Amino acid sequence: MSVVSIEDVHKSFGALEVLKGVSLSVERGQVVAIIGRSGSGKSTLLRCVNGLEPFQSGRIEVAGHVVDQDPERLRMLRKDVGIVFQSYNLFPHLTVGKNIMLSPRVTQKVSAAEALERAKEVLAQVGLLEKFDAYPDALSGGQQQRVAIARSLAMQPQVMLFDEVTSALDPELTGEVLLVMEQLARKGMTMMLVTHEMNFARGVANETVFMHEGKVWEHGPSAKLFSSPETAELRNFIKVNIK
Amino acid sequence: MGIELHFGPVLAERDILLRGIWLTVMLSASAIILGSALAILLVATRSLGSKFFQTMVDCYVELLRNTPFLVQLFIIFFGLPTLGLRLSGVEAALLAMVLNLAAYATEIMRAGVEATHRSQLEAGASLAMTPLQVFRHVVLIPALAKVWPALSSQFVLMFLASSIVSFISVEELSGAAAIIEQQTFRSFETYIVVTIIYLILALALKAMLSWFGRLVFPKVSGIVYRQVGAGA
Amino acid sequence: MIVAFGWNELLFIITSAGWTLLLTAIAFISGGLAGGIFALVRLSRLKILRRIAAVYIAVIQSIPVLMVLFLSYFGLYAAGLELPPLIAASLSLGIYVSAYLAEIWRGSIEAVPFQQWEASESLAMTRGQQYRYVILPQAARISLPPTVGFLVQLVKNTSIVSVVGFIDLTRAGQLVNNATFDPFPVFGAVAAIYFLICFPLSRLSRRFERILNVGRIH
Repeated sequence: MSVVSIEDVHKSFGALEVLKGVSLSVERGQVVAIIGRSGSGKSTLLRCVNGLEPFQSGRIEVAGHVVDQDPERLRMLRKDVGIVFQSYNLFPHLTVGKNIMLSPRVTQKVSAAEALERAKEVLAQVGLLEKFDAYPDALSGGQQQRVAIARSLAMQPQVMLFDEVTSALDPELTGEVLLVMEQLARKGMTMMLVTHEMNFARGVANETVFMHEGKVWEHGPSAKLFSSPETAELRNFIKVNIK
Repeated sequence: MGIELHFGPVLAERDILLRGIWLTVMLSASAIILGSALAILLVATRSLGSKFFQTMVDCYVELLRNTPFLVQLFIIFFGLPTLGLRLSGVEAALLAMVLNLAAYATEIMRAGVEATHRSQLEAGASLAMTPLQVFRHVVLIPALAKVWPALSSQFVLMFLASSIVSFISVEELSGAAAIIEQQTFRSFETYIVVTIIYLILALALKAMLSWFGRLVFPKVSGIVYRQVGAGA
Repeated sequence: MIVAFGWNELLFIITSAGWTLLLTAIAFISGGLAGGIFALVRLSRLKILRRIAAVYIAVIQSIPVLMVLFLSYFGLYAAGLELPPLIAASLSLGIYVSAYLAEIWRGSIEAVPFQQWEASESLAMTRGQQYRYVILPQAARISLPPTVGFLVQLVKNTSIVSVVGFIDLTRAGQLVNNATFDPFPVFGAVAAIYFLICFPLSRLSRRFERILNVGRIH
C-alpha cells in the first residue's frame, strides 16, 4: 500500500497547464527526489500533495487522506503531512522553541509539558537544542531551515515534503541541512523532496523522478537514473546540472 | 498696545483643573484600551468572517471615519434617550470615543494584517492551524507591531479629540476651562494654561506609547515589511 | 413650543452646509499658503529657521483644534480685534491647517528620491530652480493622497466652530434639535450631509494612493 498515491493529476494556473497528467506513488519509508528544470511543475506537484495548490483533475491520496479543498479534511491531512519551505517561514515574533511548540499545542491539544518535551527532542535531533530561546533573526539561514524541519517533525507526521529547501541558502550552509535530511531518511521517514542537489538525490533518495514540461518524464531507482538516463532531455539536464 | 495677562485667578482654580485633568486622562486611557480591543475584534471578524460581516465592518468604519466626532457624540447623547437609553455625559463621551477610535484603529490594523506575507499564512496552514488560530498566533502580533507608529498617532489624536466632549458639558479639561473662564473672566489666560497642560499630557502620552511599543514589540524582524501608515 | 422637523428646518441645515464648505475652503487656502511657506522654512538650510518651524508645527499638532480655535479667537480679542465669526473661525482653522499641511508637504518633498537632487544639481541648477522644476512637481504628486485625506479631516473639524459663534452644519443641527427634540432625523441628516462630502474625498484619496503606488518603484 502506497503512502502517497498520485493519479493522473492535471493542474492549470488560469490558461497555463502546469501539470499534464502526473502519476506517482511513494511507499512507506521511501525517499523520492523530484528533479527537473524550473517550470517543469515539480514544486507545484509537491504543493498539490498537501493541498496548498488545488488541482483540476486526478486523485491524490496521502497517509489515508484524500486530497481535496475541504478545510477540515485538509487540516486533518496536514497533521500527518509536514512541509518545509524554501524560505523557511519561521514565525519572527516567537522564539525557536515557541515556533516548534505552537502547532502541537494549538491543533493537537498537546499539553504544555509534552509539547516542551517534543520540541526539545526534535530540536536536539536537528542539532540546535541550545537555540531553544533564541529568536529566528539571530540564526543563520541553515539554522533557520533546520528549525523549520524540527517544527514540522514536532507534528509527528507520516510524510515529509521538502520544497527546494536548500536553494535559498549560501553553499556552505546547505551541508548542515542535507545532513539532517539524510538522518531523517535513515530513520525511515517517508520523504518527497524537490531539489537541485543532484548528489543528494543520487546518494540518499531511493527513487528519483525527472519532471519535464508538466509530466513525469523518467523515473526509477536513483543510481540507475543518473548513470544511465534513457531520454535526451534527462541526459541534457544531467549534463548541465552535475559538474 | 499692551496685553495684560493675569494668571493668578486661573491658577487659583486648581481644583477644577485637576479634576479636569483626571477626567481627561481617564476617558482617554479607557477609550484607547476599549477602542483597541474592539478594533481587534472587528479586524478578526473582517479577516475571518463571511462577505456579509466584511461589508458590515467596512460600513461601520467608513461611516465613523467620514462624519465628525462631534456629530457622533450628539447622536449618542441626544439620540439614545429617545430609544429609552439615557446615558450621562461621561458615559456618552466614553461610548462615542470608543466607537470612533475603534473605527480608525480597525482601518490601521487592517493594513497591518493585509501586509502579512503569504508565506507566513501558508506556514500556519501547513501546520494544520485553523484560520482563527493562524490569525491569533501568527498574524496579529506582527501586524500590530508593524502599525504601532500609526496606531500611536491615532491614540494621540483621540486624546486631543477628547476636548470635544466638553460640548455636552462633561467637565474634563476643556470643560474645566469653560467653567474657569466663566468664573474668572480671564479667557485668554485660561486657555493658555489649559493648552500648556494638553501639550505636556500629549508629549507624555507619545513617550509612553513609544516606550510601550519597544517593550511589547521588540522582535518583528527577519522579513522586510512594506511601510504601512494611517489613512485619512 | 416644539416644532416638527420639516422642510424649513432641513433647508436651514442644508444652507448651513454651504457655510461649512465656504469655511473649509477659506481655511484650506489660507492654511495651505501658510503651510507651504512653513514647509519650505522647515527645510531651510538655516538651523534656527528649521527649529522655529519645527516647534510651531509640533506644538499645533500636540494640542486640540479646539484650543487653537480658542487661543486665536481670545488672543485676537485681547489684542483689541473683534472679528466677525467667519473670519475668526477661518483664521483659527487656517493656523491648524498650516501646521498639518506643512508637515505633510515636508514629508512629500523629502520623499522625492535624493538622486533627483543630485541630478539637478549636476545640471547646474540653483536651489530655487531645483525646487521649481524638479522637486516640487514630484513632491506635489506624492502629496496628493495625504493632502486630500487631510481635507476630509478639515471638513470634520469645522464642526467645532460654533464655539466662536459661527453657525456651521453641526450648529445648525443643534439649533434644529433644540427646536424639534427629534435628534435622530436631525443629526442623521447632518451626518448624512457630512458623509456625502467626506466619503467621495476619502475615496479620491485612496484612488490617488493606488495610482501613485503603481507608478513608483518600491
